[in-house]
Amino acid sequence: MKIVATLRKVADRIARTSSFQITLLAVLSAMVVGAFIIILSDINKLQNGDILGAIKTVGSAYWALVVGSVGSLRAISATVNSATPLILCGVSVAVAFKAGLFNIGATGQMLAGGMAALWVGFAMDGPGFIQVPLAVLAGAVGGAAYGAIPGILKARTGAHEVITTIMLNNMAGFLVLWLLKTNLYQREDRTDPISKFVTPTGRLPRLFGFLSDRPDLVAHAGFVVAILAVIVYWWFLIRSTTGFEFRAFGMNADAAQYAGMHTKRLTVMAMMFAGAFAGLAGSAEVLGTYGYGSQNFAGDIGYDAIAIALLGRSTPFGTLFAALLFGALQAGGRQMQANTDVPIDLIVVLRALIVMFIAAPLLIKAMWRIKVEPASLGQAFKGQGS
Amino acid sequence: MQLELRGITKRFPGVIANDKINLTLKTGEVLCLIGENGAGKSTLMNVLYGMYKADEGQIVLDGAPVVFMSPADAIAAGIGMVHQHFMLVPVFTVAENVVLGVEPTGRLGSLDIDKAREMVSEVSDRYNLNLDPDAIIEDLPVGVQQRVEIVKVLLRDAKVVVFDEPTAVLTPKEIIEFFEIVKTLIAAGRGVVFITHKLKEALNVADRIAVLRRGQVVGEVDPETATESQIAEMMVGRPVQLIVDKKPHAPGEVVLEVKNLSVLDADGRTMVDSVSFSVRAGEVVGIAGVQGNGQTELVDALTGLRNSTRGMVALDGQDITSASPRVRHAKGIAHIPEDRQRQGLVGGLSIAENLVLTRYHDEEFSHGIVMDWPVAHSVAEKLIAEYDIRTPSADIEAGTLSGGNQQKVIVARELSRPLRLSIAAQPTRGVDVGSIEYIHSRIIKERDTGTAVLIVSTELDEVMALSDRLLVMYRGKIVADLDPKVTSAMDVGLYMAGSRPANAVNA
Repeated sequence: MKIVATLRKVADRIARTSSFQITLLAVLSAMVVGAFIIILSDINKLQNGDILGAIKTVGSAYWALVVGSVGSLRAISATVNSATPLILCGVSVAVAFKAGLFNIGATGQMLAGGMAALWVGFAMDGPGFIQVPLAVLAGAVGGAAYGAIPGILKARTGAHEVITTIMLNNMAGFLVLWLLKTNLYQREDRTDPISKFVTPTGRLPRLFGFLSDRPDLVAHAGFVVAILAVIVYWWFLIRSTTGFEFRAFGMNADAAQYAGMHTKRLTVMAMMFAGAFAGLAGSAEVLGTYGYGSQNFAGDIGYDAIAIALLGRSTPFGTLFAALLFGALQAGGRQMQANTDVPIDLIVVLRALIVMFIAAPLLIKAMWRIKVEPASLGQAFKGQGS
Repeated sequence: MQLELRGITKRFPGVIANDKINLTLKTGEVLCLIGENGAGKSTLMNVLYGMYKADEGQIVLDGAPVVFMSPADAIAAGIGMVHQHFMLVPVFTVAENVVLGVEPTGRLGSLDIDKAREMVSEVSDRYNLNLDPDAIIEDLPVGVQQRVEIVKVLLRDAKVVVFDEPTAVLTPKEIIEFFEIVKTLIAAGRGVVFITHKLKEALNVADRIAVLRRGQVVGEVDPETATESQIAEMMVGRPVQLIVDKKPHAPGEVVLEVKNLSVLDADGRTMVDSVSFSVRAGEVVGIAGVQGNGQTELVDALTGLRNSTRGMVALDGQDITSASPRVRHAKGIAHIPEDRQRQGLVGGLSIAENLVLTRYHDEEFSHGIVMDWPVAHSVAEKLIAEYDIRTPSADIEAGTLSGGNQQKVIVARELSRPLRLSIAAQPTRGVDVGSIEYIHSRIIKERDTGTAVLIVSTELDEVMALSDRLLVMYRGKIVADLDPKVTSAMDVGLYMAGSRPANAVNA
């Protein structure tokens, strides 16, 4: 459990110390380090002593990132499309974190929610205004149910959610594989694990559907669901009674218990809420992006979401912006790979660097020579009660 | 050796913790540093010990300026520090702990434990500390553990030993022994800096008393001529009522009835052992005892935070033995917890949010699933004014308040509603003199309105002053039921230590 304690410390630290300025500088720092990596990896040019050419590669790679993420309607659509599940899973991790829980299980919850949404998606055939909301809702319910498992395990037996959610992710992966081979899910003419198509009435409508000559704009209404989720999350934290309980419980479990809060119930609820948001991400993917279910429609989104929630300090709008940034990097990265020789894997490195810099505000401080108050380094002397 | 602090200034964002402090520490005398929480004592000592770097000013050692970059530098310069929370390895022996970091080694770098033992015995004998080098730390009482810490700094050749609130964890008897040790240190030519907020102790042991307020040394007083109220006034900046002003009590019907209550701790040890007592309306019952004698577990059981294994708790004749904290709260039980940082407050939430922490679910503050923050806010504003909580706004984080103000937030929240029973554990621990006065008057006011009050405190002066009836807890049992008006503090101290006075009539 030492790792968990360390994780928590890092997260706490980020929550307390990083300001908007730090976040910005962290992104900038990551870009600088990324530039060096691009130059160093351009071995051909380096061998020829063509430093200028290598630097040019950096310029064109980063320019491609910008163009590919916000440079055109198509790019924006791609960014929005990538960001949608990231926002929802980011909120999933964030809401659990607010209650003091680490939800590493967004992937599993996304799979569970996605499979539930998928079933409503292909089993029903309209009308759309009933089927779509119902399928989306099924996603939330499926995710919540799957999230409830680690919640109950923690409340009842004390099993740590980090361990159980990771295990449940693996189990969800194989559960999906099995389901996709059953008659219920498997597409009739296929032998590989792939599901039936969601009926046209069950698809999440495309955001730019009104532009009839642009079928390449893939963004769908899942983005609207994601934005709504952020608003709900915001309202829940600030205004709702349970949100207050979550915050108190997350910051000080002893005090929550002292205050008479039902901490076990809160644990289960927090994991269910987290599961519901991740489940919505699953439904957005199958009902919007793909229109069917495959073995690995959740990808690494659930894990990326942890970095997003950390980056966004688990606040509703911080998480939203962090997810949009990651989505933009994703979309821009594809353009970058197409335009230059820089592989899309650089994006993974960039994201890791951003999170690393955020986690090390002192490093940022040293690099940019700015005054940032570090988290308390601990005192030798602590006056009673001070 | 003479150590001078000249014009030490240390700023933190928004506050000047130390403001041009001048102070001289000498060997051969006891300097007492007294001040409220947040006055800057800790910061100053952190600067002295090399933990913080001062923004301005310098440290001068025997006429030559020095810079301490880390505690190692301070130790090398002859400064030793005994922290309030001991830094000992519980499963190691005394000798092993003492030499940790400066181990005498034999050939091939193996630990020469005989040498270590010798070193400990030698220092222990010289200063009359009476330590067994082979005893395991966790078996030793707190007072003895403190002596191990003292040996540690002496072995590192400290000329000036700084004690941070050294008496907070000691029994009255251990405190007397501790003062003897301080005298021995002085006689041996060492210097002692003694940080405290207890006026009596300062007057008792100091050769000089420096009073800190808001980061400044507001004066040095001579303990020969100074009085408690004079020092208190310097600390707070206004005259302070040091004696609890209370009318004779008028006990009414029994409100809290505890019968044969037994409670276990997390490890299954019996911490409360078949305890019975009652508290009447309009009466303050105090429970004295050295920390760790079952008071924490008793309070937990009374407030529903811990299950009891046997016995019964009744409020107004109604069995509440297995009622949840929330049910007890609804029945009019207030709980001021012993550890405000851990239990009483959520440091990261605002003052307004903390002021409704135990009441947010009341009709008044929440409608169904929606919190009514405007109402909570206006109630908070009212309580902040009424309880004199010093804060620029109700929206700042409670964790940033000083100890006294944090405690006032808790007291305000817990006492600002109709109550039957008020349970206060260590209500003024780590609270400044000015706030202590206020919190005590609030508790007595609560009694006078007919609430039954149970005070649990390790501060003997406090329970003696507040209580109408005084119970003493020792090893999970109530060993004495005393009238504080006719009992001496010395006698109570004896009960707390598990013995009984020769002329015992009570109990």
